[in-house]
Amino acid sequence: MTQPCFMTMGELSAKLEAGEVTSEEAVLSYIERINSVDEKINAYVTVDREGAIEQARDADRLRASGSKGPLLGAPLAIKDLVTTRNLRTTCGSKILENFIPPHDAFVIEKLKQAGAVVLGKTNMDEFAMGSSTETSYFGPTRNPWDTDKIPGGSSGGSAAAVAADLCAAALGSDTGGSIRQPSALCGIVGLKPTYGLVSRFGLVAFASSLDQIGPMTKDVTDSAILLSAIAGHDPNDSTSADRPVDDYTAALDKGVSGMNIGVAEEYFTEGIDPEVDSSVRNAISVLKEQGANIKTVSLPHTKYAVPTYYVIAPAEASSNLARYDGVKYGYRSESPKGLMEMYKKTRMEGFGPEVKRRIMLGAYALSAGYYDAYYLKAQKVRTLIRNDFVDAFKEVSAIISPTTPAPAFGIGEKSDDPLQMYLSDIFTISCNLAGIPGLSLPCGFTSGGLPIGAQIQGDFFSEPTVLRVARALEKGLKLDGGKPAINQDG
Amino acid sequence: MKLSKEQVRHVATLARLELKDEEEERFSGQLSAILDYINQLEELDTDGIQPTSRALDVNNVFREDEVKARFDEGSWRSNAPSEEMDHFRVPKIIEG
Repeated sequence: MTQPCFMTMGELSAKLEAGEVTSEEAVLSYIERINSVDEKINAYVTVDREGAIEQARDADRLRASGSKGPLLGAPLAIKDLVTTRNLRTTCGSKILENFIPPHDAFVIEKLKQAGAVVLGKTNMDEFAMGSSTETSYFGPTRNPWDTDKIPGGSSGGSAAAVAADLCAAALGSDTGGSIRQPSALCGIVGLKPTYGLVSRFGLVAFASSLDQIGPMTKDVTDSAILLSAIAGHDPNDSTSADRPVDDYTAALDKGVSGMNIGVAEEYFTEGIDPEVDSSVRNAISVLKEQGANIKTVSLPHTKYAVPTYYVIAPAEASSNLARYDGVKYGYRSESPKGLMEMYKKTRMEGFGPEVKRRIMLGAYALSAGYYDAYYLKAQKVRTLIRNDFVDAFKEVSAIISPTTPAPAFGIGEKSDDPLQMYLSDIFTISCNLAGIPGLSLPCGFTSGGLPIGAQIQGDFFSEPTVLRVARALEKGLKLDGGKPAINQDG
Repeated sequence: MKLSKEQVRHVATLARLELKDEEEERFSGQLSAILDYINQLEELDTDGIQPTSRALDVNNVFREDEVKARFDEGSWRSNAPSEEMDHFRVPKIIEG
């Protein structure tokens, strides 16, 4: 039998159900693999070895007494900005280096109720601000396919952990592409749900009108399983949608025959890498072969998404991150002379350069005399971007595009040029501004062996359709790019 | 558009950040470049367009104001940088 750590979550679940493997054995298999591989990629900030074994034994006991479920005993990794009770949650920042949350996030409560095991917390760009997982206080995460390359970000630790088989599946968060972009660059499946489908209670806030938690998994089926577990209304998050939760696995294999699927030329711009372009065009032809009607749609305001985002997200961040003042929790500068000095020195010493840059940008955009020119203007353009999608989804059920304009770039390559870094999210940001769901799945490889991702976007709350298109593509492409390099020498 | 070092210093104060000299210099250049890029939004005519502040139309979500024991008693204490007699301890607030 394959070692449990190399299985998809669905496969592991079937073996657990059949009694061929126990959750404790699975957890031990992951821990052994983390011990031997993670020093090369730094996917985890914290591994809860003892806690995970204890949770696995609990899951095995529950199963012995008749409990069932697709997540019972499944070892998961959680991005380190989702609070876990009594397990350190750092947000990749010095300012929260020693923060031990007193409560579980809503999604963690749901996962624990389903019997899942939390293996540990994954690395990320500091406060989710970045596209490469290089801004973490705990050092960069490396791409398992090529350790000289970035894994993408900000959920780069979760993406690398899934790709390198260091967990069965993971949770990430996505504010402008932070689930989908690293999923594309690490060759896994990542889903940003519709805004409001998954509670943000216990998700450390970055930009509250954009943030969503979502699954990062080895295949599309796992994505549907994990989404079914974490979706649902939560009175503790007033932006949580009060609507029934769909069964996301039910329609997975219904195919795309007769379905209208859109292609927007705005996503095939001149700066796009030729191998990415041809790989996604191949994916489109696969959908066509399966009976989908491919239609051209227009999303004319796409080019304004990045500038709109870099007003709205930093503005919300500058407000959200005001709470890190050295008073109630987190880092405090040593022996400051007065209150003001304590605030300023605590934040100077506690935050890294990218976080400071965004706080500054946001504070400027919201400051007296500039609010109308920047924040209000960006909110109006946000409406135009949203309307583009509303119009497009009158014609089609889903839109397919590249997830990123290029495959993974080198570590350090864009660190000194924030604007170039921001542009790596050019195809993922509109989705958050509009609030719709978006999924990235592997659709090919470059000649150098790096993964390429295709993005499927859908209408509000159309996750069943998005997952169904993704599953059809996954089946049709039959990708066999092998395993990441890290799996061969590790 | 060029953000001067003085403007950078003013915004840093608003944001309660103390910046080193070289950070002021670097942020002045980098923020100016980002703002130049953002200024392309001015090309768009947004007269009469309603601003979007959230993705979903959810308004006035009310619930009963009930006390619930979500956290273990005293759990705040273990994360406090400094505390004394059930209070957070901070440096002197009022001078003199």
